[in-house]
Amino acid sequence: MKYSAVPALTAVLASAAVVLTILLVDNQWAVAGVVAGAAAILLLSSRFGWGVRIAASGAAHPIVVPAVVLAAVVVIVFVLREDNFALLMLCTVMLYAVAGLGLTVQFGQAGVVNFAGAAFFGIGAYATAVLSTKSSLPHYLVLPLAGACAAVIGSVLLLPLLRTRGHYAALITIAFGILFKTFLEVNDALGGPQGLKVPGFTMFGHAFNDPIVIDEQTEWSFYMAYAGLSFVLVAAAYAFVRRLERSWIGLAFDAVRLDETAASAFGVNVAAWKIVAFSVGNFLIGTAGAAYAMMTGFVAPTSFTFADSLILVSIVILGGLGNPLGLVPAALIVIILPEKLQVIQEYRFLLFALLVIVILLVRPGGLLPRAAREYFPDQSR
Amino acid sequence: MSAALLKASGLTVRFGGVTALDGLELSVNVGETLGLIGPNGSGKTTFFNALTGIVRVATGRAYLDGGDITGLAPRRVAAQGIARTFQRLRLLLELSVFDNLMLGQHLSLDHGMWINLFARHRLRGEVRRQADSARALLGAFSAALPARLYDSAGSLTMIDRRRVEICRALIREPKLLLLDEPSAGMTPDETAELMSDLLAVKAQRPRLSVIIIEHDMAVIERVSDRCAVLDYGRKLAEGSYAEVARDPIVRQAYLGED
Repeated sequence: MKYSAVPALTAVLASAAVVLTILLVDNQWAVAGVVAGAAAILLLSSRFGWGVRIAASGAAHPIVVPAVVLAAVVVIVFVLREDNFALLMLCTVMLYAVAGLGLTVQFGQAGVVNFAGAAFFGIGAYATAVLSTKSSLPHYLVLPLAGACAAVIGSVLLLPLLRTRGHYAALITIAFGILFKTFLEVNDALGGPQGLKVPGFTMFGHAFNDPIVIDEQTEWSFYMAYAGLSFVLVAAAYAFVRRLERSWIGLAFDAVRLDETAASAFGVNVAAWKIVAFSVGNFLIGTAGAAYAMMTGFVAPTSFTFADSLILVSIVILGGLGNPLGLVPAALIVIILPEKLQVIQEYRFLLFALLVIVILLVRPGGLLPRAAREYFPDQSR
Repeated sequence: MSAALLKASGLTVRFGGVTALDGLELSVNVGETLGLIGPNGSGKTTFFNALTGIVRVATGRAYLDGGDITGLAPRRVAAQGIARTFQRLRLLLELSVFDNLMLGQHLSLDHGMWINLFARHRLRGEVRRQADSARALLGAFSAALPARLYDSAGSLTMIDRRRVEICRALIREPKLLLLDEPSAGMTPDETAELMSDLLAVKAQRPRLSVIIIEHDMAVIERVSDRCAVLDYGRKLAEGSYAEVARDPIVRQAYLGED
């Protein structure tokens, strides 16, 4: 049976409308109302099984639905063309979603804990600062290289991580995150506490940090270019993580997460798969950090604290551990809400902590719980 | 009798001061079903864990098909052709029946980046083939099971979970199947049903050797060609069910008679 594209398209357009409203509206109560309404719809959607229908309808139209997503993003970016702040937030959400996808592979799929997300984000950012000032590599190569740096530096954690489980493994990553920040603060070659400047992204002669001049009266925000870059990164990372999940590799990750004893009894090389998941995840997180550094033009140790790692973890848990799609609403809530609602700005860590506790207690699957694996969702059974 | 597939000689396992296996001598022939009985704590599961590399062997050796498997990591033992079930089921309950069977198939699957991430059309064909063979294997156990291929393992009844766990161990056609108390948690009727399934499966695979740990003596009598009785990590007796059941030492130690 062929599913209609209507449910998926409705979901995409509704999400786009919510994103646009949150970014455009300045009235705090209106924003809070829209977010509360969207969250309620998300919760209801799984109650009434809409989520399944939307997923099936999306899977049945593998070209139309992504095309409409692209069109929706283009429209959102175009509407916000002169609003620097809104576009910066949009880009931040997309790049945090890329980092969240990295954590999804580590945490959600292979069960390798990582409470040092911000450190790997920071490694990507610092690697970009160094690579794009000290080398003449084209910037589209700097991004994956910075991601690779995060993966390689992350490998110093492999030995202790493979020898510990649960809380102890978590403590090791926390310690690494704190060491990383301290290392940056005392290291003069990397700018010490002041940090480093990062040149903007340049490709085919176009500097992304230059405003886009339309005519003498009109200039569009340079963040539009970064929005394009961020969208390319998040779309590529999403497709990659989705395919990973829907493959024998994703199954091996799940087996490692759920039962190491059973997995190894059937020949799974538990250590090797943990290494793969950890490295792939750090690569994605580092790449996100690289793009973020180019966009903001500046890196400093204070941006990569343990609290920032917790923000990343809370995005992944809030969205639904292991579900890449859940990252989008979660990143929206965690990143944009505090900027929009001045009331909660000061209390944001308190509120996130409460939110995560509430989610873990009443809805451990998150806003959009992970669905059972279908290797090819469009295939009739 | 045909050649020995598995041979354990002087197998000893110690947990701190406790000797769980004490110089165990045991062998299984090709195509044979060996029933392993003995009181709780007599070392039956420890023997499985020692064979499959989950616990460390202190002294002694184990050979499969003449090759030394002592001290191999669990995944290497699996690669040698030993598959097992667990006393307390270790299905991945939140995954589908298909995913659980594919864990059993792990060593035969292509984990290459190319087919999994890019050549998805080839993976599609592969998934379809694997699903067909999984359905066929499940169908040999129960006519209703193939229809539940994509249901989560946690949604199955106990007997179906046991069936899936046995299928997971069988799917890669191992040389030796280790069944750790398959009747645990089931009613006598369910147990009898499962054993019929097992005998049918065994009849199709004349070269498959099985070691079955069981407390239910009726099961042992029905499925095993030969029995070994363990007590305090040592072999107390060995022989046909009738011989073992007659043995006064066994009756005293295990069946609780004077």
